[in-house]
Amino acid sequence: MESNPTTVSHSQLAEAVLRESGQNVNLCYQCRKCTAGCPISYAMDYTPAQLIHAIRLGMDDLVLASKTMWLCASCETCTTRCPQEVDVAKVMDAVKITALRRGIKPAIPQVAAFYKAALANIKKCGRMYEMGMIIGLKLRTFEFFKDAGMGMKMFRKGKLKMVPSLGGALTTLKIFQRVKRIEKRSEVK
Amino acid sequence: MTAKYAYYPGCSLHSTGSEYDISFRAVCEKLGIQIDEIKGWICCGTSPAHCTSRLLSLALPLENLRLAEKMGTRDVVAPCAACFARLKTAQHEAAEDHRIAEQIREVLGGPLPASVNVVSPLEIFNGGTNVAEAVTRQLPGLQVVCYYGCLLTRPSKVMQFDECEYPMAMDNVLRALGITTLDWSYKTDCCGGALAMTRTDVVLKLTHDILEEAVAVGANAIAVACPLCHVNLDTRQAEVEREYGAHYGLPVFYFTQLMGLAFGIPPEKLGLQKHFVSADALLSQGDSVGATPCGCPSTGRPHGAAPTSAALTSDF
Repeated sequence: MESNPTTVSHSQLAEAVLRESGQNVNLCYQCRKCTAGCPISYAMDYTPAQLIHAIRLGMDDLVLASKTMWLCASCETCTTRCPQEVDVAKVMDAVKITALRRGIKPAIPQVAAFYKAALANIKKCGRMYEMGMIIGLKLRTFEFFKDAGMGMKMFRKGKLKMVPSLGGALTTLKIFQRVKRIEKRSEVK
Repeated sequence: MTAKYAYYPGCSLHSTGSEYDISFRAVCEKLGIQIDEIKGWICCGTSPAHCTSRLLSLALPLENLRLAEKMGTRDVVAPCAACFARLKTAQHEAAEDHRIAEQIREVLGGPLPASVNVVSPLEIFNGGTNVAEAVTRQLPGLQVVCYYGCLLTRPSKVMQFDECEYPMAMDNVLRALGITTLDWSYKTDCCGGALAMTRTDVVLKLTHDILEEAVAVGANAIAVACPLCHVNLDTRQAEVEREYGAHYGLPVFYFTQLMGLAFGIPPEKLGLQKHFVSADALLSQGDSVGATPCGCPSTGRPHGAAPTSAALTSDF
């Protein structure tokens, strides 16, 4: 995943994104196809094209405190349509990872809580155990009654399991631990 | 001839999307396609992994492909569009980036799977398998829009699946069974996916747009190939109706359920009773009117609106 070496940047954030995702945001010429196609841009504080521009300008504070990347649903419409082949969805991931690494409070905390709850669940159970994940999410967000009726109905229809399967739990535990070790070793803030 | 595949169901097909699992198995049995579930499979990591750790998001899928390779099977079938995308992405990125491939090897403690081919069921049913031969039941009352969602086709460089902006794979399978599918412009628009858990408002808006368009082109059912899409379109449909003061009652089928119905498999063996929006009224209507192409009681409105009240009430 070598990016175009002729395009250079003085933005440390752009460099961080490049290291994390292999994506060179300096290739962007602001055609805004990513923004036109984004189904969620209406809810974002900065459009995907604006966020990319801010990364290029080294506006770390604005970018890392933005809601934009936390609202991204990873639908990859932007990635598919970018004429410069910048994988915009991957840029969004890289910005989230950078924000978490620098300890910046996510602008949409529920989304970060969901990631944490889901990953903790997968690590322990091997496979996603929805009931456990939902409880984990509610403990993090304090939204105890959200979707309770829907959850009950799903349970009645046999769409939610009572007990986790735990089949691959040892495998995922090992994978998570090794990933953490490698990431720690090669971490650059 | 028996085609043989290693089967990666993924977490959703064992829980919220269990009817996709049931109907996929039933259809494969009918067509003589052998699927063996990968022993000891683990979660692919889905969005929470790739949004927080690239290495984790690639190691989890590749561990599953390693397990599949150990079974001695070259082809892996992944019906869940999200799993399908993660498996393909992991293969693609490990092949493109030697540094990350080395790290993944370290995580997995062994070589990466070398010769595993990941396919969607749609690719199996579109290529070589003569699905039309197994048809025993006509479904003339159905006017289906195929909703592919995001992850089957995008990004096209990685997925190599059909035409990324206007795919036809699902339409072609259903049309081969004699089911009418309609052209519409929301085939690959996003439903909001996992944001349903956290920013439900966004998902309700996107899902509302999709349902509106489906009704506008005259659909009375939606076919999907992704358990996340199904949860948002079916399970949350009543919530969308409340939020926007609309009335859809549009049954949402996994395309494998429609295949099963056309093959004469009883609805309960396809998990149809698990849907929130019941398809009973729509399906019995199709039978009783027989050759009537639309099967929609004549109200002034286009199809799609008609089965609403019956479909909704029968399930509560």
